[in-house]
Amino acid sequence: MRPTARSGPHLVSGAGFAVLLVVLAVALVGITAFAIGVGTVDVPVGGVARVVWGHLRGDPAGLDPLTDQIVWEFRTPRVLLAGLAGSGLSVAGVCLQTLVRNPLADPYLFGVSAGASLGAVIALTSGVGLVAGLGVAGAAFAGSLVSLGVVFAMAQRGGRLIGSSLVLAGVAVAYLGTAVTSYLQLQANPAELRGVMFWMLGSVAGASWDDLPVVVVATAVTAVWLTTQGRSMNALSVGDDTAAGLGVDVHRLRVLLLVAASLLTAAVVSVAGGIGFVGLVVPHAVRLVVGPDHRKVIPVSLVAGAVFLVLVDLVTRTVDRPNEMPVGIFTAALGAPFFLVLLRKRKRALR
Amino acid sequence: MRVRVDGVSVVVDDTTILGGVDLVAEASTITGIIGPNGSGKSTLLRCVYRALRPTTGAVHIGPDDVWRSSARKAGLRTAVVAQDHDLDNDYSVREIVAMGRTPHKGMLDRDTAVDRTIVDDALERVRMGWAAHRVFATLSGGERQRALVARALAQEAPVLLLDEPTNHLDIGAQLELLDLVRELGLTTIAALHDLDHATAYCRRLVLLHGGKAVAEGTPAEVLDVDRVAEVFGVRSAVVPHPLTGRPHVVTASIG
Repeated sequence: MRPTARSGPHLVSGAGFAVLLVVLAVALVGITAFAIGVGTVDVPVGGVARVVWGHLRGDPAGLDPLTDQIVWEFRTPRVLLAGLAGSGLSVAGVCLQTLVRNPLADPYLFGVSAGASLGAVIALTSGVGLVAGLGVAGAAFAGSLVSLGVVFAMAQRGGRLIGSSLVLAGVAVAYLGTAVTSYLQLQANPAELRGVMFWMLGSVAGASWDDLPVVVVATAVTAVWLTTQGRSMNALSVGDDTAAGLGVDVHRLRVLLLVAASLLTAAVVSVAGGIGFVGLVVPHAVRLVVGPDHRKVIPVSLVAGAVFLVLVDLVTRTVDRPNEMPVGIFTAALGAPFFLVLLRKRKRALR
Repeated sequence: MRVRVDGVSVVVDDTTILGGVDLVAEASTITGIIGPNGSGKSTLLRCVYRALRPTTGAVHIGPDDVWRSSARKAGLRTAVVAQDHDLDNDYSVREIVAMGRTPHKGMLDRDTAVDRTIVDDALERVRMGWAAHRVFATLSGGERQRALVARALAQEAPVLLLDEPTNHLDIGAQLELLDLVRELGLTTIAALHDLDHATAYCRRLVLLHGGKAVAEGTPAEVLDVDRVAEVFGVRSAVVPHPLTGRPHVVTASIG
C-alpha cells in the first residue's frame, strides 16, 4: 500500500509522453507512405516519396504518368482521408465521452451519424429534388445537423444541457434515423442498395482531393481549440459540481464540446460514411496508456486515431485483393481484440 | 473572507427548493448548514459555488457578487469538496489535486515548478503525500476525501465549501477529516448531517427545513430541543461529553 517508485499509475507518464507522441507521429508518416504504395499496382516507398515531393514542389513533370496518377490522384487522397477520419472521429469520441461522462459515448450514440446516414441514403435512393441537389456529402451533413438540433432541443431543460438526457435523446434520435434508413433500404433497388450498404459501413475508397478540405478544416479548428480546454475537460470529467467549483463554466463548455464533436463527426461521415468503433475504442485505448488527463489524451488520440484508420484501410484493400471491404467492418474486428487486451492490463494495474 | 447569502430562492419547474435563505459566514470560522434530507443544504451550497443560479437573491464573497462575475473568478475564491466525484476513471491522486490549479491557469499555461510545489505541499498537509501516484478511485473513502481537501488547498481559495464531507466514512475518518478542516482555518461552510459534529466543529449553524432557514445562531441556540424534535422528528439532549467535557448532542427516536 506504500508508494511505488514509478512517477505515476499510468503505463506512460512524464518524459515517456513526449517520446510516445514522437514515435506515433513518425509511425504515422511511415505507415502513410507505405499505405500509399500498396495496392493493385505496388509502388515502392521511394517512388511514393518522389511523386509526393514532385507535387509539393509544384513540378510534377518528369514523373511516370501512370505511377503519378495512381499515387497522387487515387491513393494519396484516400490514405489522407483515412488518417483524417481516424483523427476526427477519435477526438469527437473524447469530447462526447467527457461531456456526458459516459464511457459508452461515441459519435454514433448521439444520432449525429444516424442523421448523416439518413441524409445520405435519401440522396442515394431518391435521386431527385432538393436532397439530390446537395449530393451525398451535402445531404449527410444536413442530416447530421438536423438530428443534432433535435437532440439539443430534447436534452435541454431551461437552457441547460443535462448529460443523461443527452444520451437518451441521442439514442432515441439515432434509432429513429436508423428506422427510416432501413425502410428506404428495403425500397431501394439492388444497385442502389450496394451503394447504401457500402456507405453505411464506411469507406474511403472513393476519396478524391475535393473531399479533404472540409475534414481538414473541421479537424484542425477543433483540435486547436481543444488543446486549450484540457484542464476544463479534466474538471468536467470528474463531475459537474466539481468542475463548477474549479471555476469552469460547465454549461458553456458542454455546449461547445457538443457542437465541436458534432461538426467533426458530420464532416467525416459526410465524405467517408459511417465508420464505427473508432471514436469509441481509440480514446479508451489512449487513456489506458497515458491516463485520463485530456492534455495528453487529445494529442495522442489525434495521432493514434490516424495511425489506426490508415492501418485498417490498408487491411480492407489487401485482405481480399483485388476486392475491397468496407472499412467499418474491420475497425471493430481489429480494434476490439486490441482494446480487450488493454482493458485486462488495466484491471491488473488497479489491483 | 466573509460570505453573505441574501434571500436566495431556487425554483425548479414550479417547485420551490429554497425559499429566501439568508446566511452569513464570518472569515476564518466554520459555519454549518444542517437539516433533514431534501431540506436544501446542497442546493444552497451550489448557489454559493456558482453551480446553480438562484432564481432570486444574491451571494457575495467578500465584496463581489458571485453571479455577476465570471466562473473562473468564483474558482479563485471558493474551493469545493462536492458529492458528485466520478470514480470511473484512472486519475492519479496527484492529477486530481493538480486540478485545483485550474482557475489559476490561462488556456495555454503549462504546469510550472510553482504549481508542482503547491500540489506537493497540499498533499503533505493532508498527510497524503505517500499516495500521490496511486489511482484516486482505489483509495478508501477517508483517503479520497482528504485528497479532495488537498485539491481545495491547491486551489488557494480563501473560502472552503464542503457538501456532507463525512458521508460514507468510518468514524475515525470522519473525525480526522473534520479536525483537518478545523486546522486549516479557512472561511468554511459545511453541510453536515451529524448534529454532534455540527456542535463540536461549527462556530455558527443555519438550520434548513423545507427550503427555509428556520434558525440561525450558535449551536446551543439552534439545537433547541423542541426545534430538533419538530424538524428532525427525534428527541435530543445536550449533555457534557464524558471524554472531553464539551457539549455533546445525543438523540433518540420518539416512541
